[in-house]
Amino acid sequence: MTDHDRILKIIQQAAKKPVQPAGAESLFDSGILDSFALPDMVSALEQEFAISVPDSDLTPRKFESIDRIAAYIESRR
Amino acid sequence: MSFLSFFGKYLPERVVSNAELASRIGCEPGWIQEVSGISERRWATPEQTVADLAVAAGEDCLRNAGIPASSLAMVFVASGTAGRRFPGPAAEVAERLGAAGKPALDFPMASAGSLFALALAAKLAANGPILVIGAEKMSSIVDKEPMERETAILFGDGAGAVLVTSAPGQLQVVDSALYSDGSFRDDLTLDAAGKFRMNGRSVIMQASRKIPRAISELLERNGSAAGEVAAFLMHQANQNLINKVASTLAVPSEKFFSNIARYGNTSSASMLIAAAEWSAAAAAAPCAGNILVFAAFGAGFHWGALLARAV
Repeated sequence: MTDHDRILKIIQQAAKKPVQPAGAESLFDSGILDSFALPDMVSALEQEFAISVPDSDLTPRKFESIDRIAAYIESRR
Repeated sequence: MSFLSFFGKYLPERVVSNAELASRIGCEPGWIQEVSGISERRWATPEQTVADLAVAAGEDCLRNAGIPASSLAMVFVASGTAGRRFPGPAAEVAERLGAAGKPALDFPMASAGSLFALALAAKLAANGPILVIGAEKMSSIVDKEPMERETAILFGDGAGAVLVTSAPGQLQVVDSALYSDGSFRDDLTLDAAGKFRMNGRSVIMQASRKIPRAISELLERNGSAAGEVAAFLMHQANQNLINKVASTLAVPSEKFFSNIARYGNTSSASMLIAAAEWSAAAAAAPCAGNILVFAAFGAGFHWGALLARAV
């Protein structure tokens, strides 16, 4: 399973829907995730990828799309 | 040793319904309820000031306590919506209550101000009773044309108060944990010209993580767990945020006292209004030893929690 697939699976769990956003599509502007789903998604990403997201990195922009999430995870490895 | 002995509150008479707001901002009333859990809020009259609201809540608290304002050692007033840069409302409030000459401190902090004032008062109450008031006129920010949809739905006006004493009272303050981090200072601001800005996503992300963490750390260092807490008295920011914090702590959201449906988000006033209403409801059946947790999060960011035990 690629990073993209693993991220997509987490987004689907957070959204509670089988969504299929494009890599650069905004998860917020498209209505896939609301603000309250974000903390759950970040917690799941931390667990799935064995990374720690410090509060200073907890900004909507870093988690806005699959591409941005993938880039952030890569930067934390 | 300090105690939260008596509470008080004041809510303006005017009720602003979702239907009234919806017609002004162009949305369905049900949408406001869905995204915030708010059904209605109170707005002060244009003539009422933050000090007016604070005095009314302070008088209610002193009436409940049965003591004159002259016996106060200090007066603390938390507000992010005071009408003037200086002086803040504390000196006026103290004077109008009958405590002129006593030190009166302003806490110009939105949302978390009353928690910070409360925690500081608990450290100083050995010198005499301290009246802590949170008072906000949030309508002065949102009742403008054009009204901003995302913020207009959230806020209400009101004031809450608590008398902090060294003499035994209703709740004993056990411990507190306060935090500040200016990294996100631009995400929730009211500038000198009165322009309000909120990065709602950032606020929710940070609050959703920081509030449960502060509560958990405070409970852990005092040998308690979230499941043992009888009631959480949290800043009434948004019902969805309250539910989120409850979920993160793995406790039923019913343990979080909530009046946001009736009053909206009254910023620094909300936690003490909630405490006053919880106290009035709990007075019929006090349970000695019950653990209570106060918590708040606000612009700055400032956040934290305070642990108390029913006497």
